[in-house]
Amino acid sequence: MLKQSIESLGNRTIQGVWRIGFAARFFVAMLLHSGTAFRRFGLTIREMYFTGVLSLIIILVSGLFVGMVLGLQGYETQQRFGSESALGTLVALSLVRELGPVLAGLLFASRAGSAITAEIGLMKATEQLSAMEMMAVDPIARVVAPRFWAGVISMPLLAALFSAMGILGGYLVGVLLIGVDVGTFWSQMKSSVDFEQDILNGVIKSVVFGVAITTIALFEGYDAPPTAEGVSGATTRTVVTSSLAVLALDFVLTAFMFRGLN
Amino acid sequence: MHNDTLVEIEDVAFGYGARPVLKGINLTARRGQVIAIMGSSGCGKTTLLRLIGGQIKPGQGKVRVAGESVGELDSAALYRLRRKMGMLFQFGALFTDISVFDNVAFQLREHTDLPEDTIRDLVLMKLHAVGLRGAAHLMPSELSGGMARRVALARAIALDPMLVMYDEPFAGLDPISLGVTGNLIRRLTDTLGLTSLVVTHDVQESLKIVDYVYFVSEGVVVAEGTAAEIRASGLPYVHQFVHGEADGPVPFHYPAPSYADDLGLRRQGA
Amino acid sequence: MNKTVLDLWVGLFVIAGFAALLFLALKVGSTSAVSASNSYEVVARFDNIGGLKPRAPVKSAGVVVGRVADIRFDNETFEAAVTLRLDKRYAFPKDTSAGIMTSGLLGEQYVGLEAGGDSEALKDKDRILITQDAVVLENLIGQFIYGKAQEGAPQ
Repeated sequence: MLKQSIESLGNRTIQGVWRIGFAARFFVAMLLHSGTAFRRFGLTIREMYFTGVLSLIIILVSGLFVGMVLGLQGYETQQRFGSESALGTLVALSLVRELGPVLAGLLFASRAGSAITAEIGLMKATEQLSAMEMMAVDPIARVVAPRFWAGVISMPLLAALFSAMGILGGYLVGVLLIGVDVGTFWSQMKSSVDFEQDILNGVIKSVVFGVAITTIALFEGYDAPPTAEGVSGATTRTVVTSSLAVLALDFVLTAFMFRGLN
Repeated sequence: MHNDTLVEIEDVAFGYGARPVLKGINLTARRGQVIAIMGSSGCGKTTLLRLIGGQIKPGQGKVRVAGESVGELDSAALYRLRRKMGMLFQFGALFTDISVFDNVAFQLREHTDLPEDTIRDLVLMKLHAVGLRGAAHLMPSELSGGMARRVALARAIALDPMLVMYDEPFAGLDPISLGVTGNLIRRLTDTLGLTSLVVTHDVQESLKIVDYVYFVSEGVVVAEGTAAEIRASGLPYVHQFVHGEADGPVPFHYPAPSYADDLGLRRQGA
Repeated sequence: MNKTVLDLWVGLFVIAGFAALLFLALKVGSTSAVSASNSYEVVARFDNIGGLKPRAPVKSAGVVVGRVADIRFDNETFEAAVTLRLDKRYAFPKDTSAGIMTSGLLGEQYVGLEAGGDSEALKDKDRILITQDAVVLENLIGQFIYGKAQEGAPQ
């Protein structure tokens, strides 16, 4: 009994390490074979349509609502301390530093990441990737790398759109609905949001999330067992793993970026 | 050894993990021939094709295509060799996100710098050869199984390869599509000067078109010969296979303990 | 999907994304970092800086003229050495005094500069000699209570 459980633990450890190694090699191969994705940028543009443009609606609408909620809750809390004039600061800082990249990342993982995994998984299950290999076309260069770069380019743009929509939502609720002074709202925001410290770091975060999410999604698809359960399991794993990766990476990045501030 | 030998497989063994699939197999294909590799499901026929295509490397022995040892090529040389091979996958494996025309044009666009109107002419020519010129604008999801198989065949011969491999080209086809596909394989082989390697378990259809047959069972070649020789073969395994008998050297039952034991009829004290 | 339609959508998406970034950069944020080429640094020493942090504004007459570049503890004099990076456009007399102020009762802390009357201006790496420490609320309350106790004590 004990021997068995130790054996199964060992087996799982070996499997896990093997998978991590495989994922690392996959990542390196993807970077090395990225030439095609740029030489024939049309391939990447095509994928940007599926990962970026099709994620627009959910990103814009969610951003607007998150910003509106921030406006309401922020005002509610701040007026107790008589500092409702700092509403713009609160909305903008929380969006560009954290909520923009993180929520856009989570939505991107479930909207685009799952689609990527399912697509690659199905292409593998129906032997399309094998067929491509037999036609002397490297699937990593032709299929995987363009999707990777499309995700990495789309993610910061989506995060910026999320933040911008959120600030607009905060403005709608705070200024138009509640009646915070419009000048105070914008000037307080402008004076306390720093371009390098806050906005640029937010963009860096979203790029890192883009790399993490698309890599996980592509790897899960590429590694999926070629069956219906295999692909559906891989899709679920993509959403779970990449969401956790976004949150964990966010903590690490925040610790590095904003440690000097407080 | 003949000068016109295209594919030569010499004492090749291969296994997935600890499970051996091929155990020392020998096989030769000459140019211009249609060769069938037959055997029951799961006997390693598809593995054999993947070895020839260089997608996996043999554990032992040599796979030679046009004189080059496939398992020892670097990836650039392997990709060069693959341009001279075509492969028809079991269910076609068409790219589902692009049209029939683009599927056939895929290799031409990837590997050549031909102008678009030349590509168009070539693609229509290949599609015409499989009788589907009219379906060029359709998406793969709009095709029947037999049509998809034929489009995949047009795609496989797009670059005029010297060798075309077919993985179960007859599986799941109705009798008409079956005849059409079989005739196509024969005709294309003869008119384009190809060599065809057909992996199948459809004995009746393939015996009509092939020049030479290899029977594979348990990872080794158990019988070989021309179509006529195979039909007349007295080997019990081949006989069972050709005539489709339920029981014989290949048992109907998967290995199991005695039925009576399993039902508990002989339990102690019962 | 038609290729030109697809290209159009992706183009719109990229334009919208960059517009959002531009909006964030111009309308929401501002660059506080005074670049090294347009600034000069002076050092001011304080016994107590309270809650002053790097990048806090340096104001004179209420206008932001620079930022706190660095805060260091000097282990020999047991003082805080605060490096101020000031905009080159603004020159201050040598006898300018620096104090640590609080905006509002509980707001953020900043460095306030009060110009003196010297004819010579502060140069790069100069030191501001006259400084005023941060007001520590606890000390203030302590003094107040002590003062009250003194008042109430029988003479």
